[in-house]
Amino acid sequence: MTTLSHTDSLSQGQRWLRALTDKLSGVNLAETGRQLLLPAIGIILFLGFWHIAAPQVQTSLGAFPGPAQVLEQTGRLWQEHDNQRDRAAQFVTMQEERNERILAENPDAEVKIRDYPGAPTFIDQIFTSLGTVLAGFVLATIIAVPLGIIIGLNRHFSAAVNPLIQIFKPVSPLAWLPLVTMVVSATYVSDDPMFEKSFLTSMITVTLCSLWPTLINTSVGVSAVNPDLLNVSKVLRLSFWTHVRKVVLPSSVPMIFTGLRVSLGIAWMVLIAAEMLAQSPGLGKFVWDEFQNGGSESLSRIMVAVLAIGFIGFLLDRIMLLIQKKVAWNE
Amino acid sequence: MSKSHLELTNVQMAFDTKEGPFIALENIDLKIRKGEFVSLIGHSGCGKSTVLNIVAGLLQATRGGCVLDGHEVNTPGPERAVVFQNHSLMPWLTVYENVELAVQQVFRKSMSKAERKEWILHNLKLVNMDHALDKRPGEISGGMAQRVGIARALAMKPSVLLMDEPFGALDALTRAHLQDSLMKIQQDLNSTVIMITHDVDEAVLLSDRIVMMTNGPAATIGEELYIELPRPRNRVTLADHPEYVRYRQAVLSFLYEKQRFPGKGEDEQEEPTAEAEAPAQGDNLPDVGNESEESPVRRIA
Repeated sequence: MTTLSHTDSLSQGQRWLRALTDKLSGVNLAETGRQLLLPAIGIILFLGFWHIAAPQVQTSLGAFPGPAQVLEQTGRLWQEHDNQRDRAAQFVTMQEERNERILAENPDAEVKIRDYPGAPTFIDQIFTSLGTVLAGFVLATIIAVPLGIIIGLNRHFSAAVNPLIQIFKPVSPLAWLPLVTMVVSATYVSDDPMFEKSFLTSMITVTLCSLWPTLINTSVGVSAVNPDLLNVSKVLRLSFWTHVRKVVLPSSVPMIFTGLRVSLGIAWMVLIAAEMLAQSPGLGKFVWDEFQNGGSESLSRIMVAVLAIGFIGFLLDRIMLLIQKKVAWNE
Repeated sequence: MSKSHLELTNVQMAFDTKEGPFIALENIDLKIRKGEFVSLIGHSGCGKSTVLNIVAGLLQATRGGCVLDGHEVNTPGPERAVVFQNHSLMPWLTVYENVELAVQQVFRKSMSKAERKEWILHNLKLVNMDHALDKRPGEISGGMAQRVGIARALAMKPSVLLMDEPFGALDALTRAHLQDSLMKIQQDLNSTVIMITHDVDEAVLLSDRIVMMTNGPAATIGEELYIELPRPRNRVTLADHPEYVRYRQAVLSFLYEKQRFPGKGEDEQEEPTAEAEAPAQGDNLPDVGNESEESPVRRIA
């Protein structure tokens, strides 16, 4: 009895320690090792191949950048961003001081507060792009989910719009862009515009290209609700809205989210192209400007952008996956 | 026998197929009094589910009709609650919320919030599922989910409870357990029940009357057998009760001598094929395909 309680209290006290050592001990360590090892090998092999192959490719702007140059440019771009931010802070303090001086001399004087006029850095461009892609994606979702529900619920409506969806779905963003630009220029006329025209153009292009997967998946999810559950809804005489809210929508949430993830991926891809062509601020413009610059470092800087675009796209998908796990009942 | 509570008169059901109309049911006449427990038995694909779906209002008879308490049935409604074969609980709702959805809908006006809550818990207690209120259907066993399905149906206070092979997908032990629960609940509430089954023992044990259907196409009611065993019934003591054995033999003889499975030899009956009308019946028959999971032949062997 005493030994029993003794060992018991011992294990109580040391449980956390054991839990910790368990994680670091043989089996688990080997497991995590295996999980990390193969991806690490893949990345190292890729970097090696890149390092060897890049200098073989000669372009008019010099050799294709290898990993080392790209890394160097990443640091440089970060440094530029840092410097720019310092200058911006300086600008703001100088402006404040100046305004204070003016106000001290003449309290009625009108002071002007200006934004820092420096060029946006690479990091700024990333955030601009994220803002644009989210705006376009949210707009696409607001359109696609309700429309998808209507299509999924109504067979006649579905038959009527299906050919349109099939035709518009494969259209490249580059084809939409000139049209969107012209329409935005013609319709969005305001003395004090809330948004830049270029922002609207790329956002609408993103919306037009990315709403299709959500639309199609939502309609498929809605039309594929388990017939038994539809019968339950009929037996309960649920009203149309309750039926949609309590049966149709929850039932199709997994499908809708699958669509949303594909849509977000497409939105991000389309955005870069749209920004390049529309000359709206963002990563696409950064790439295009570097290309037009044609400096010796341009290719490395573009490569940095390529990697950043890929990494951000990956992160966006992960975030969607996390939201899906929170929201969907089958996860 | 008192005035009939539920009445099917001269029901015919035809489905449109590519080869022209397919007559599934013909001349179904059935009168059921209040509190009666009726089992529908017959071979796979004979249209038992179609009969049930007509009573439920999920299908419209092409001729004749169904009258419940003097009102013709032509739409589904909670006074004819259905227990489906595969529980049909909303997988994203918890056990409690599944029953709540039904109670909310049926008693939104007539019960206060507290009364509704109590009523939900009462029904879940009735089927012994009050210990898993916050579990999702995916987290409980098939038998438990089926109990919740029954609780949901009972919570609608239906005047007729329709059960489409409620225990068909369960293992034998769980099934026996649920049969006993159902028997007790039905006796306490004196509810009218129509149940589809493949299981001869289940039919004899639970029913006041067994309605045996002929093989399709144009299936109709072949024989009716009144089970006059005293209640409460106990499966163990009944097992070699001479009356029980006689009733069972009557059903078996109907199924395997008078209505041999279409196009089959006697020793390979009840294969899950010959679902001739299945494609034509569309979405309203959730059970087609699984109908022959439990073979009565095996059960008496």
